[in-house]
Amino acid sequence: MSGATLSAGELWLLIIVLSGAAYGLKVLGFVVVGGRTMPPVLNRCLALIPASLLAALVAKDTFTTAQELVLDARAVGLVVAIVAVWRKALFIVVVVAAMAATALVRALA
Amino acid sequence: MSPTDAERKRVVSASLTLGSAVGITALSFGLAAVSSGASVWQACALSFLTFTGASQFSAMSVVGAGGSLWTAFGGATLLAVRNFVYGVALAGRVSHGADGRRLPLFRRLVAAQFVIDETTAMTTAESEPRLARTAFWVTALSLFVTWNLGTLIGALAGSVLDTYALGFDAAFPAAFAAMLPAHLRTRRGRMAAMTGAVVCVALTPFVPVGVAILVAVVGVLFGVRS
Repeated sequence: MSGATLSAGELWLLIIVLSGAAYGLKVLGFVVVGGRTMPPVLNRCLALIPASLLAALVAKDTFTTAQELVLDARAVGLVVAIVAVWRKALFIVVVVAAMAATALVRALA
Repeated sequence: MSPTDAERKRVVSASLTLGSAVGITALSFGLAAVSSGASVWQACALSFLTFTGASQFSAMSVVGAGGSLWTAFGGATLLAVRNFVYGVALAGRVSHGADGRRLPLFRRLVAAQFVIDETTAMTTAESEPRLARTAFWVTALSLFVTWNLGTLIGALAGSVLDTYALGFDAAFPAAFAAMLPAHLRTRRGRMAAMTGAVVCVALTPFVPVGVAILVAVVGVLFGVRS
């Protein structure tokens, strides 16, 4: 059940601009700036982007549907995923366990 | 002193192992992308051209939730900023050949596409320059093959299955949760993560889909004070 509202053409446009931006950032670091030292405060802030965004994405994908806050089968999946991550399970085990738990709750509901 | 055969073998085998492990991650990306409305070809194009996992997951997560093109682009691009940081770090290790001369621009532009989490981890783990270059290229090429192959297989499987009943949408938060621990080792990282999650949930009812993810990046301000 996807709530996607983009047309196929818009999704292709997204893929193209995102690929361009991602490659541009790689080239900017590797080829253009390459090896120079950056201000420590900038390094510290940039290093925190994944922590902020990944945690925000976990929250969004578990507790929201479009603009609504919801508590549903995905929360059970997340609990299972967190336990699996905590037990240092392989990536695929984390994902499959979360999917299976979510599917099970949906089947029972 | 040049690296021994045993050392080279160790680096090649570690890099190949990582490459195959990542192929399995790609399976879940393929499944998740298709469950969010991408076609098989679109999932494959993301893996081939964008080639940076967290951004690909992020873009499809926002699209699947009904976000606009530009909010999906914004969040995914912010996540890709770390590849800029990696590029700066790797340039000194990978952009020169065995003879010590800088690689031609074309080779450096090709190498840039492979500047991602995994190649950075494997390359910076080797202090000997030749081993570092071997780690970079073996990881890059094996991972590129398995990442694209895994995406194709996952997307094909996802396109013939009932993705909602099988809980494929739960692959997104699980994947992000699995990527997170590496960023929670410092107090600063934990504060940033907490802030990101709280800001995102608190804003979701009041802003267009995908915007809460962009604002959640305020968590990086914990890096301002040393």
